[in-house]
Parts: sequence; C-alpha cells; structure tokens
Amino acid sequence: MTTLLLFNVVNGLIIGAFYALMALGLSLILNLSGVINFAHGGFLAIGGYLAYTLLPYLGFWGALVISPFLVAFIGVAVERVLIRRLYGRDPLYSLLLTFGLAFMIEDGTRFIWGAQSKPFQIPSWLAAPLSTDLFFLTGYRVFMMALVAAVVIGLFVILNRTRLGLRIRAGTLDLETVSVLGVNVRVLRNLNFGLGIYLAGLAGVLASGMLGLQPTVGDNLIMPSFIAIIVGGLGSLPGTLFGGVLIGVASGITTVFFPAASEAVIYVIMAAVLIVRPRGLLGEEGRF
Amino acid sequence: MPIIDKRAANLLVWLLLVTAPYWFVGVGGYVELGSRILIYALAAMALNFLLGYTGVLSFGHAAYFGLGGYGTAMVLKFLYPSTPLAMLAGIVVGTVAAAIIGPLIVRLRGVYFAMCTIAFGQVFYFIAFQWSSVTGGDDGLSAWQRQPINLGFTTFDILHDNKAFYYFVLAVFALCVGAMAFLLRSPFGRTLLAIRENERRARFLGIPVDRHIWMSWVVSCFFVSVAGCLYALLSDFIDPRAIRWDQSGNFVIMAVLGGMRSFWGPLIGAAIFLVLQDYISSHTENWMSFVGLFFVLIVLFFPRGVLGLIQRKSAS
Repeated sequence: MTTLLLFNVVNGLIIGAFYALMALGLSLILNLSGVINFAHGGFLAIGGYLAYTLLPYLGFWGALVISPFLVAFIGVAVERVLIRRLYGRDPLYSLLLTFGLAFMIEDGTRFIWGAQSKPFQIPSWLAAPLSTDLFFLTGYRVFMMALVAAVVIGLFVILNRTRLGLRIRAGTLDLETVSVLGVNVRVLRNLNFGLGIYLAGLAGVLASGMLGLQPTVGDNLIMPSFIAIIVGGLGSLPGTLFGGVLIGVASGITTVFFPAASEAVIYVIMAAVLIVRPRGLLGEEGRF
Repeated sequence: MPIIDKRAANLLVWLLLVTAPYWFVGVGGYVELGSRILIYALAAMALNFLLGYTGVLSFGHAAYFGLGGYGTAMVLKFLYPSTPLAMLAGIVVGTVAAAIIGPLIVRLRGVYFAMCTIAFGQVFYFIAFQWSSVTGGDDGLSAWQRQPINLGFTTFDILHDNKAFYYFVLAVFALCVGAMAFLLRSPFGRTLLAIRENERRARFLGIPVDRHIWMSWVVSCFFVSVAGCLYALLSDFIDPRAIRWDQSGNFVIMAVLGGMRSFWGPLIGAAIFLVLQDYISSHTENWMSFVGLFFVLIVLFFPRGVLGLIQRKSAS
C-alpha cells in the first residue's frame, strides 16, 4: 500500500511538473500579452518531434538542448507574423487564431512524421530503475524532475534578477507605463512569447522520452495546464507553478483510491477554488 | 440607409429556409446537409446571444450541446421511444448543468471567463469519454433511432423521410429563433445590450450585472442544448467528439464568420463553414489544416464577418 501510494505520488509529481512547465509558458504569454495560446500543446508536440528527428545526429543530450530552442524560434516567428497583429483587440480573436494554429500544427505533424506513435530513445542508463524496491523510480524520472526544477528555478532567476525579467514583470502590471519609460514593448512581448514556447518545447522533449510521440501528445496536457493557471491564480507565476504541482499530485493520489476519478478530481479542485476564491489561490484581487 | 429593408430581409431568410429542400439539392447540396446547417446555425445563434448581445465570450458551449445530445440519445436508447420526450430530457440536462456551473463563472470576465468555460466544458467530455458503460465511451451511442412524431390526428415520419426531418428541424429552429428575437427585444434583452456596451455604467444604474449574465448564459445554453438534441437525432448517433472543445471553437468561428453583431450572422456563418467543410473533407485527408487555416484567415482578414462587412458598407 505504501509503495503504491508512493508510486502514485511520484507519478503525480512528474505529471504535475509537466503541467507546471506547460502552464508557466501559457501564463507568461497570457500575463504580458493577454493571449490564451491554444496552440501551446502543438508547440509541445513540435518540440518532441524535432528532438526525434535530431536524435540520430546529435544524440539525446544534443536534441534535448537544441530542440526547445528551435521551437522557441518558431514561436518567435509565429508571434511576429500572426499573433502580434491581435494585441489590443478582443481576446476572442487571439483565441480563435491560436485555435486554428493548433489544428494546423496537429495536422502538420501528422503529415510530416505520420500518425503512428513513435518511440523516443533515451540513454539506457537513464531508463534503468535506481533500486529494485522502488522499481518505478527510473533514472529518467528523477532526471526529469531535477531538470524541470532547475529550469523553473532558472526561470524565476531570470524574472527576478535580470533586466529582461524585470521588464516582463513590470509589463505584466502595467504595460503602458513600461512602454512610456522607453522599453520596446514589441520586442519584449516577442521575447516573452519565445520564452513561453521554449518551456513548451522542453516539456515536449521530456514528455516524449516518457510517453512516446503522437501528434496529439499536447492535447492531454493543455486542459490541465489551463486548470493549473485558474487554480493558481491569473497573473501569478508562483501560483501557476503551485497549481500545476497541486493538481498533478492530487490526481496521482486519487488514482490509488478511485482510479476512475483521477481526471475528475482536478476539475473538482478547480470548482472548489472558483467558489471559495474566484481569483485563484495566489491571484491578485481585481485583475480579471 | 440599409441596402435592404429589415422586414424584407427576414422574409427572404425564411422563404429560403422553407424552400431549401427543393433548391438546395439543385445547387449540389443534400437534404441532410441542410438539416445540419440549421442545427449548427441554431447553436451558433444561441452562442451569439451570449457573445454578440451580452458581450461575454464562452468557449465551452459544446458541453451543453453534447449534454443535450447525450440526454436525447440515452432516453431513446434506454428508456422510452419518444422523440419529444427524449428532446425534453436532453434540454433539461443541458440547461440544468449550465445553471449549476453558471454561478461559478459569472463573476469572471474576459479571457478568464473564456478559460473557465473551456475547462468546465472538458468535464463533460471526460465523463462521456470515461464512463463507457453508460455513454459508450469513445465509440459513442449508436443503435437507436429517432421516432416518428405522433400528432394525434396524424404521424409525422421524421425517421424515414429526410425532408420531413428537415421541416421538423426547421420548426424547432423557428420556435427557438423567434424566442431569442423576442427576448432580445424585451427589456431583458435591452439590459443585456447595455451590459455589453458599458458594464460599469450598467452597474451604476443599479442593474445586477452578474445575475443578468447568468441568465443570459442559461438562456444561451438552453438553446444550444436544443441544437444538441437535434444533432443527435440527425444521425441517430452521438459520440464524445460532439462535446469536445474544438466543437465550441466551431460555434464561435461560425458566429464570427457570419457577423456576431447581427441576428442572422451565425446562420450565414454556419452555412459557409459547413458547406466548405463538407467540400474539403471529401477532397483531402488534411482537412484539419484547411479548417485551421480558415480560422487564421478569418481572424486576420475578416473579423467583422459577412454581415458586418455589408452593414459597414451600407452605413458609409
């Protein structure tokens, strides 16, 4: 029983780490640009598939490093060409646009890489379990959690210690003032979008090592990511992080006692949060 | 000066709809597609009640559409073979679900409202998908049929006669559209417009804004679940894809494409969208890319929709 519980808590933590990684990217973009990026799951899939293509040439580590940057680059291009035009307009339009993008990316990946699920080879020493008692604790899972933790810490260091991060945080509060103070808001939003997409791409590579690759790989992750943002509170990145881990672990624990409800429990959490605290657990008052 | 008189336009729309089974086939359509257009048009018009006339963006209407459909299908399959009764059940299920979820989200605005409607919409998708002993899971509910409607003096065979079913759909459509037009012209509808135009001012005037948005949400979901019932009856089948978020997106794009500030806009949007989809999906496997591209192009180049464009032209 303890092992089972531990197994599912670890599982929940890993899934929660993915939710958080996705949701942090979504949240960055939403906070600064007011765009809900429906295509985030699509970018995640691209990240996985690019790593799959790069793997024979660069090896696992090369692919892990390069692929998210390529995806971020695509994201920056998409922002410049398409999404930038919709800033300041009704959020309806950016939603519809990213919705269409999500369709195109899903179909595009299916067209290029095929509808069949693809395996993604990770180094064999990572795939082995660390000990025989805790058979589920493979090196890869530990590595994943450590990497996600490192990236999240890195993200918060960027946000809190660098000039770019300062501007992103300031822009989240009041973009107009930031603009008046002489910051090029167009570039800022562009970079910020790229940063968000980078996180999606990274999540894509890591996820494909665990789940394999399908064109719809992002679909199962995007809704919980929305919920992570809602639970954590709009406008708050620590809230998003907390929300992601919380719903991941909660659904992991529910799996032990009542497997059928493992998906439902995250919606229950969302409903409870909306009743008690509509702005989200760490959200600011009156932002939305 | 508008190009055409409003009454003449209304008359024209109804005339076209009533005669559709006769001319639509002539221009390359088929009766079932006509029924489908009416059903989606009803859903998009219901969504537009909220989107265009209350100014609130819902991206989760597929949930109530699907609930209506599942309610109808389950009654017909498991309980009692009566089309009206089944529809009633579907409508009640969809509307009650919306009424319960409403209070959780009406305090939210803008993007946040949209996001929460999406997330709550997915709840029902998961239920339909996971609870396979009742809902049939991914395969959906099939092996049941809509039943001829007994009017007392005669029966209206909507099961075997495609045209009869079209006229049945048209009758329901007309009732719903008439009711929506009536509501929009009532003081309630005017209040919704006031909220859309300036929520803060409406609040200062003493209008209970949240309650009105809740009411508008429930009305909108009521009509969308009617459309869902008809959708299930159309092909005697319902599956989780009817309830998924991409369906919600379809409703929104139909409303935008036709023109969300005009009453008949969503009808035109639905017609264009479905005819195109029908055409594209019979010619290529990559129809998803085309649909996605369609979304992008509309947002970039055509955000006011067909009727919005006409209205602006005639206004200048």
